[in-house]
Amino acid sequence: MRIPQTQGSPKPVGRKAAAAAALVLVLTSCGPATLPPGDQIVDRDEVRNRAVHEMNLRSDRRIVSPAADAYGTVPEPIRVGVSNFASNLSQPSYVVNNLLQLRLDDAAQNTLRFAINSTLGVAGLFDVATALGVPAEATDFGETLHVLGVGEGAFVMHPVIGPSTTRDTVGIVVDHFLDPVGHFVAAPESGYLLAARAADRLGSRYQFDATIDSIYYESADSYAQLRSLYLQQRRFELRGGAADYEDPYAAEDPADDAAAVAADPYYDPFSDPYFDPYAQ
Amino acid sequence: MRNNLLAVRRRTLLSTALAAASLPFLPRPALALNEAQAQALVQAAVDDVNRVIASGASDAAVLREMERIFATYADVPTIAVSVLGPPARTASPAQLRAFTEAFRGYFAAKYGRRFREFVGGSVQVNSTRAVRSFFEVITTVNLRNEAPFELRWLVSDGSGRPLFFNLIIAGVNLMISERTEIGAMLEARGGNVDALTQHLRTLA
Repeated sequence: MRIPQTQGSPKPVGRKAAAAAALVLVLTSCGPATLPPGDQIVDRDEVRNRAVHEMNLRSDRRIVSPAADAYGTVPEPIRVGVSNFASNLSQPSYVVNNLLQLRLDDAAQNTLRFAINSTLGVAGLFDVATALGVPAEATDFGETLHVLGVGEGAFVMHPVIGPSTTRDTVGIVVDHFLDPVGHFVAAPESGYLLAARAADRLGSRYQFDATIDSIYYESADSYAQLRSLYLQQRRFELRGGAADYEDPYAAEDPADDAAAVAADPYYDPFSDPYFDPYAQ
Repeated sequence: MRNNLLAVRRRTLLSTALAAASLPFLPRPALALNEAQAQALVQAAVDDVNRVIASGASDAAVLREMERIFATYADVPTIAVSVLGPPARTASPAQLRAFTEAFRGYFAAKYGRRFREFVGGSVQVNSTRAVRSFFEVITTVNLRNEAPFELRWLVSDGSGRPLFFNLIIAGVNLMISERTEIGAMLEARGGNVDALTQHLRTLA
């Protein structure tokens, strides 16, 4: 490749873009971060996290769950429409992150989906795209950081938002500023958008009522259960499609297990997510 | 005589060492269970699940059927012991038996309720692959108004017949979740397995 000679100082914008592109290239060349096994948990601030969880449970019992029940009385087609509308407006943010992840196929799919649902789907009220075989490839900046090789850090419980990790918390903040919809939609439409997203959350709380109730109010330790479920599900999401699916059976050789025991004083055979209970 | 014995011993030792050294290079022993049988087990379970969620039966009847499916196709004793973890090694056989029975009811009721949420949808078997000494059967759960998700069944005949011993529900490992749950219950009871068994009976 021939490197063009620069005449004098290049335009600052061009230089910035080039630097950003170079940074993305360098970072993506490192590959995604290694995902810890299912039951590996780093919880540095457990006392604070548990206190926040208790607060979240109180607000769920007093506000969110009753509000979700009330919202559940709205006819289902309307609730589905609101949920489709909110989800359609997340698509531009997915595309931006897909591009940063260099997952161009996902970027194309999410763009096509946004185009179909915004037009044929009447401003996103109907999810025509999924019916046409173009489902959403949901993503976020936390995943982008993962793709760039940033590990998840510690588990964090946030008020209202709920379970997250150090990395995904950074992701939430960055997504807020990165979201193209946020740059193009001003008040009062931005208010409607926020309302649609809140209603969508209530809809999920209503739809998964039995499961969420069983985790929040029927588990022996709802904090530990939620923490485990969140981390397992998040790591599963980040593993992505078959392409970058990590092989959990890599340590097949018994000699590897012996080496693992020798190397790690805290080695726990149970930490293998596909632990074979019949192995002697 | 003595020399002879030594020689024999030395020879045994040598051949043992040789055998041990060549162990990693030997072909793996043939599995008693094959891919088709593992998939057939899951197919049978999935057929039962699909029949129940399409039946339009009452909630209570669906729950009862789901509990029966879990009792039929799951290796409950293995799941129970594995979920209990290290305390299973120090518990007496009688304690372990009682715990397993209580766990059976708790497990069937809990996952029966979870599977009851599949009503209106369907489960479809996709593929099977060998993992060490067992098989992983990958299925997809299709629900109304919802993105399909993956449900993996880990099947082994370690109990004497093919049964599933773990489920990976959209990336969430049943054994890991239950270890957290049962571990928390046991801790709340000061590590007393009998008290844990007593508590599990109330949840069935």
